[in-house]
Amino acid sequence: MSGETEVERHDVREDGRRPPRAVVGSHRVEEEMFGRVFDPRILRRIWVFVRPYRRQVRISVIAVLVFTLSQLSIPMIIRNAFDVGLAKGAWGGALYAAVAAFAAAIATNYVASLVQERSVGKVAENVLFDIREAMFGHLQQVSQSFMDRTEVGRLMSRLQGDVNAMQEFLETSVISVGDLVLLFGIVGCMLWLDWQLGLLTLSVLPVLFLVRIVWLPRARAAFIAAHETNSITNGALAEAIHGVRTVQGMTRQTVNAKLYDDMAGANLRTHLVAGRYAQVLVPVVDTLTGLSMAVVVVVGGAMVLDRTLDVGVMVAFLFFIQRFFDPVRSLTMQYSVMQRAMASGQRLTEVLDVPLKIIDAPDAVTLPQGTPASVEFRGVRFAYVPGQPVLDDVSFRVEPGQTVALVGPTGSGKSSVMALLHRFYDVTGGAVIVGGHDVRQITRASLGQQIAMVLQEPFLFTGTVLENIRYNKTDATEDQVIAAARAVGAHGFIERLPQGYATELTERGSNLSMGQRQLVSFARALVADAPILILDEATASIDSHSEQDIQKALGVLLNGRSGLVIAHRLDTIRNADRIIVLNAGRVCESGTHQELLALGGQYAELYRSGHASFDDR
Amino acid sequence: MAISKTESPPVVQTATARPPLPAERLALTDTVSWRKAVGTMWRVMQIGLETPWQVTIALLSTLLAAIFQLMIPQLLGRAVDLTQGVATGDRAAQDALLLTALAVLGVAILRGVFATFQNYFSEAVGHHTGYRLRLSYYDRIQHLSFGFHDSVHSGDLITLGLLDIEGARMFFATGIIRFLLLFVLIGFGGWWLLSIDLWLGLLALSFVPYVGWRSSQSQLELRQTWLDLQERLSVLSRVMEENLAGTRIVRAFSAQDHEMQKFREASVRALDLAHERVDLRVNSTAAMTLSFLLAMGAVLLVGGIKVRTGEMTVGTLTAFLTFMTILQMPVRQLGMLVNSIARTSTCGARVFGLLDLEPSVADVPGARDLRIDGPVLRFEDVGFAYPSARDTPVLRNLSFTAGRGEIIGIIGPPGSGKTTVAQLIPRFYDVTSGAITIDGQDLRDVTLASLRRSVKVVSQDVFMFTTTMENNIAYGDPWAEEDAIEGSSGDAQLHAYVDTLPERYRTVVGERGASLSGGQRQRMSIARTLLVAPEILVFDDSTAAIDARTERRILAAIRAGRDRRITILVAHRLSTLADADRILVLEQGRIVEQGNHAELMALGGRYRSLHDLQNRSYGDRR
Ligand SMILES: Nc1ncnc2c1ncn2[C@@H]1O[C@H](COP(=O)(O)OP(=O)(O)O)[C@@H](O)[C@H]1O
Ligand SMILES: Nc1ncnc2c1ncn2[C@@H]1O[C@H](COP(=O)(O)OP(=O)(O)O)[C@@H](O)[C@H]1O
Ligand SMILES: [Mg+2]
Ligand SMILES: [Mg+2]
Repeated sequence: MSGETEVERHDVREDGRRPPRAVVGSHRVEEEMFGRVFDPRILRRIWVFVRPYRRQVRISVIAVLVFTLSQLSIPMIIRNAFDVGLAKGAWGGALYAAVAAFAAAIATNYVASLVQERSVGKVAENVLFDIREAMFGHLQQVSQSFMDRTEVGRLMSRLQGDVNAMQEFLETSVISVGDLVLLFGIVGCMLWLDWQLGLLTLSVLPVLFLVRIVWLPRARAAFIAAHETNSITNGALAEAIHGVRTVQGMTRQTVNAKLYDDMAGANLRTHLVAGRYAQVLVPVVDTLTGLSMAVVVVVGGAMVLDRTLDVGVMVAFLFFIQRFFDPVRSLTMQYSVMQRAMASGQRLTEVLDVPLKIIDAPDAVTLPQGTPASVEFRGVRFAYVPGQPVLDDVSFRVEPGQTVALVGPTGSGKSSVMALLHRFYDVTGGAVIVGGHDVRQITRASLGQQIAMVLQEPFLFTGTVLENIRYNKTDATEDQVIAAARAVGAHGFIERLPQGYATELTERGSNLSMGQRQLVSFARALVADAPILILDEATASIDSHSEQDIQKALGVLLNGRSGLVIAHRLDTIRNADRIIVLNAGRVCESGTHQELLALGGQYAELYRSGHASFDDR
Repeated sequence: MAISKTESPPVVQTATARPPLPAERLALTDTVSWRKAVGTMWRVMQIGLETPWQVTIALLSTLLAAIFQLMIPQLLGRAVDLTQGVATGDRAAQDALLLTALAVLGVAILRGVFATFQNYFSEAVGHHTGYRLRLSYYDRIQHLSFGFHDSVHSGDLITLGLLDIEGARMFFATGIIRFLLLFVLIGFGGWWLLSIDLWLGLLALSFVPYVGWRSSQSQLELRQTWLDLQERLSVLSRVMEENLAGTRIVRAFSAQDHEMQKFREASVRALDLAHERVDLRVNSTAAMTLSFLLAMGAVLLVGGIKVRTGEMTVGTLTAFLTFMTILQMPVRQLGMLVNSIARTSTCGARVFGLLDLEPSVADVPGARDLRIDGPVLRFEDVGFAYPSARDTPVLRNLSFTAGRGEIIGIIGPPGSGKTTVAQLIPRFYDVTSGAITIDGQDLRDVTLASLRRSVKVVSQDVFMFTTTMENNIAYGDPWAEEDAIEGSSGDAQLHAYVDTLPERYRTVVGERGASLSGGQRQRMSIARTLLVAPEILVFDDSTAAIDARTERRILAAIRAGRDRRITILVAHRLSTLADADRILVLEQGRIVEQGNHAELMALGGRYRSLHDLQNRSYGDRR
C-alpha cells in the first residue's frame, strides 16, 4: 500500500524533474532595491529624524573635517621635514619642529577620530531607533485593511533591514563628507605644491569616470539580481520555519530541501556574478594609481634632477597619490550604499506615509463613562474590496443590557459586523451607532473603552498567563485576573500548569490547547470590563459542558451589559434577546428563538441541522 | 465498555520501558571562551575548504598582492634616491627613473590584478560557505522535533538563519584573508625594514605588540556585547512581530499605548547596548591608530636625525615612511579583523549549536518502513507529557484500539488531551510510557517518512503557504492531477467557493491565508489531507469554524471513504460524531467513558449529559 509508489509520488523524479505543484517561498520579489543616489524628497524625510541630533551631527562633521585636515597635514609635515629639516646645513631645530608638528597632528587626529566616530555611531543608532519607533507607532494607527493587505514579514523587513540600511547610510554619509574633503584637500595640496605636476598627475582621473559609465548599468543589474534572489531565499527559509509542522505532517522535507537547494544555488550564482562586477574596478584603480606614481617618478624625478622641484615635494606627491585613491575607492563603495539607502528610505517613507484613514474626527466626542451601551446598525453596507459587497443593508439594534446573537453560514459576514462595530473599517454606506453616536464621531480611545472583544482566533502573546489575561489593563489586580479566569472556567487548568499563572506562554500560546487559548482570551475580555461585549465564535473549540459554564458566567456578566454573540452551535445562543440570521451579507430573519422557530425559515432549518443527530435522522 | 470489532493483533512486548529522548534544546547564549571560539572558526573554515581551488587561489593572490604592494615603497624609495646627488641633466639617472617608473606601473597593475583575485575568490568562498550553511540549516530545521519547535520562538530561528549565518559565512574574507594580508605586510615588510636598519625597523614595528594585545582584549569584550545585543534585539523583534501579527487584538483592546510602552522598553534596552558597542569599537580602533601614528612619528624623528648625520639616505627614509603609510589601512582594518573574529565565533557558535542538534524524534537504527495491511491502530497504556513540561502528565494510561473502516470519535473539555492524542499518532512526539502500534509495529521502530505518509492529521491550526490555492491543496502530493485536486476540494466543500474566485485554483492566498475566513481555511486544510488518501486520518476539531450544514456534507464525503481507512474525529458537536463506531470521552488525559452512542447513552455519564445539554430543548422543536 505505502512503499515505493508513494516514495515516487512525493519525491523528485529520477530525471530530476521537480513536482509541478511544489514551490517553497512565495517567489514574490520585493520592490526596487536601488533608488536614485540622491533623492532630495527622501533626504528631507530622513532629515526630520536627524534634526534632533543636529548638534551632534555638526560636531561630528567638524570633527571629520579636523580629522581630514590632520590626515592632509601629515604628508605636508613630512615634506617640510625633508626639505627644511634634512637639507644639509639647515637649521637643526627644523627637524624637531617638524616632529613636534607631527605629534600635534596625530594628537588632533586621535581626538578628532574619537569624537567623530563616537558621535556619528551614536547618532546613527539613535536615528535608527527613532525611525523604527515612528514606523511602529504609525503602524499602530493605520487602518486594519492596510494590515490585512500587508504581510507581517514584509513589515518586519521594513522595520529591521531597511532601518539598518538607513543607519549604514548615516554613518557612511559623514564618512563620505570626510572622504570628499580629503579628495579635494589632496587635489588642492598637490596643485599648491606644484600645479603643473599636479595637473599631470590628475590627468588620469577621467579614465576612471569613463570606465564607471560603462560599468555602472551592468553592475547595477547584477546587484539587483543578487539582492532579489537573496530576499526570495530568505522568504523561503522563513516559510519553512513558520510552516514546519505542516511540512513534517505532509512529509515534504525531501522535496522542499531540493527546491530550496535550487533557490540557494541560484542565489549563490547571482552573488558570484555580482562579486565579479564589484571587483573589476579594483585593477583599474590600481593601474591608475600606478600610472600617476610613474608620472611623478619620471616627470617629478626629472624636475628634481633639474633642481626645479624639491625632493620633499616629490615625496609628498607620492604620499598623496597613495592616499588619493583611498577616498575614491571608498566613495565608489559608498555610492551603492547610498543607492540602497535611498531605496530603503523610499520604503520607510511608504510606511510612514500610509494614510491614516480611520482617525478621530476633529469634532469627535469622548463617550462618557456610563453611556447607555446601545448599538445600532443602520442600513450598513460594506465591502473589503470595492465591488464585492460583504454586507448589504444590514440594520439591527441592541438595546442596553440586551444580548443579540448573530448566526449564519461561514462567510455570511458575521465577523465583519463585529469588525465594523469596533470601527476596524469604515462602512461604505449607512452608519454604525454606539451609545447614540456614529462611531465615526467617537474618539477611538473611548470607543475602545466601551467594547471588549473575544475574536475568532485567540491570539496570545509571549509572556505569562497573568500578563496575557491582564493585557493592557495593567492595573488589574491579581484577584481580578483570577476572578475572570474562574468565571470562564480557566482557573482550574491554569492552576495545573507548571507555574500556574506565572507560566510563560510560548509563541502564540502554543503550549496551551486551542480551547484553553480561547478561555484565556475570554478571561482577557472580561478583565477589560467594558459595557459592550463581543464574542466571535469564542467557544468554537470548547466542549458544551465548559461552554455551559461560560454561559452561566456570561449570564451574570452580561447583566447590565450589552452583548453581541456569534456562535455556530445554536444551542449556545438561544437565550439571546434576539437572534439575527445573516445570509450572504443580508439580514434575512430576526426575532427570538421561539419566534424564529415558529417562522420555520432558515434559522429553524439551521437549528435542526445543528442538532442533526441520531434521533432525527 | 465497548468491545472493538476488529481482531487485535498480538500485543507487542515492550518489556523494557522506553523513555523518550529529551527534546533538543537550543542554547543561544554561551560563555565566551577562546577554545570554543577557535573551534568555531575552524569549523567555518572547514566548510570553506570544500572549495579548495578558490581557497588556494585566494590565499596565493593575497600573498602575491601583498608582496607586490610591498615592492612599491622600495621602488619609490629608489626613485627618490636616484634624484639625489647627481648632476643636472644626467641621462643615466633619467633612464633609471624611467625604468623605475615602468616597474612601479607594472607592480601596481599586478597588485591590482591579484587584489581582484583575492577579493573575488575570498568572497566566493564566503558565498559558498553561506550556501552550505543555509542548506544544512534549512534541512535541520525541517527535521527537528515538534518539541524543539515548541521551545524556540520562530523569530529567533529566522534571525539565526539570516543574520547569524551572514555573520559567520564571511569569515574567510574578513578574517583569514585579512589576517594573512596583515601578517605578510607586517612580517615581510618588517623583516625588510629590520634588515635595512635594525633600530629604526624596531621602532617602526613598535606598535605591533600593543595592537595585538589591544585587539585580543577588545575582541572578548565585543563578543560579549554582540551576544547580549543579539538577545535584546530578538526580544525587540518579538515584540514587533507579535504586535503586527496580532493587530486585531491590539485594536480590539485599544492597546496601542500599551504596545508602544512594550516597544519602547525593549528598544531602549537594545539601544543602550548598541551605544556601548559603538564606544568599544571606536575606542579600540582609535587607540590602535594612535599607536601606529606614534611609531611613525618616532621613525620620522630618529630617521631624520640619521639622515642628517648621513647614516641613512633620504630615499630609505621615504621608503620607511611610505611603507608605514601602506600599513595604515590594514591597521585600521585590524579593528574589523577583531570584529570579524568576534562575530564569526559568536554567530558561528549559535548556528552550529543548532546544526549539531539531533532530532529527538527520528528513525532508530535499523528502522523499517511501516507495513500496513489492516490497519489496526492500538494505544497501549500510553502516558505522555510534553517535553517542555515533563512533570505535567497530559495523558495517562490511555488504551484503545481502532481497526480499518472504523470511525472513532474523541470528545472532552479543553486541555483534556484530544489534540495530544492526535499528534502522537504520526509521532510528532514520542510517548513517555506505553506504546502506540500500527499493525503490531511500534511507531518508534518504523521510519518516520513511511509512518507520516500513512497517517495524516488535519490540525486545529491551519497553516497556509503563500502560493496558489492548488499548490496549497496539493501540498502533500505535489504531483497531483487537476481532477484529483478539484475532487478533494469538492469533498471538503471548498470547490464552490474557489469557483467564485477570479483565478480559481490559481488564486494566490496570502500570508497564512489572511484573505480566507477561518472556515474556508479549515476546508482548505481538509481538502489538502483528503487528497493524499492516508490510511489513518485524524481530524482534530477541524470543523469548529464550519457551519453545521457544510460540515454535514464534508462528513458525508469522509464517510464515503471510510472503508479504506481508520478515521478519528475530534469534535465538540455530538452530531459530528453521529456515525462513530466508538466514542472516547477524555478528561484530564484519561478515557473516562468509551463506547458507541447507544452504549454511552445507556451509561448515563458524561456523554449522556453532554448530549442532553446539546439537545436540551429538543422537545420544543416539533
Ligand atoms: N480581511 C478581509 N479581506 C477581504 N475579504 C475578507 C476579509 N475578511 C473576510 N473577507 C470575506 O468577507 C466575507 C465575509 O467574511 P466573515 O465576515 O469573516 O464571515 P463569517 O464570520 O460569517 O464567517 C467572506 O467571503 C470572506 O472571504
Ligand atoms: N506544546 C505543548 N507544550 C506543553 N504543554 C502543552 C502543549 N500542548 C498542549 N499542552 C498541554 O497539554 C494539555 C492537553 O492539551 P491538548 O491535547 O491540546 O488539549 P485538547 O483536548 O484541548 O486538544 C493541556 O493542558 C495543554 O496545556
Ligand atoms: Mg467569522
Ligand atoms: Mg485541541
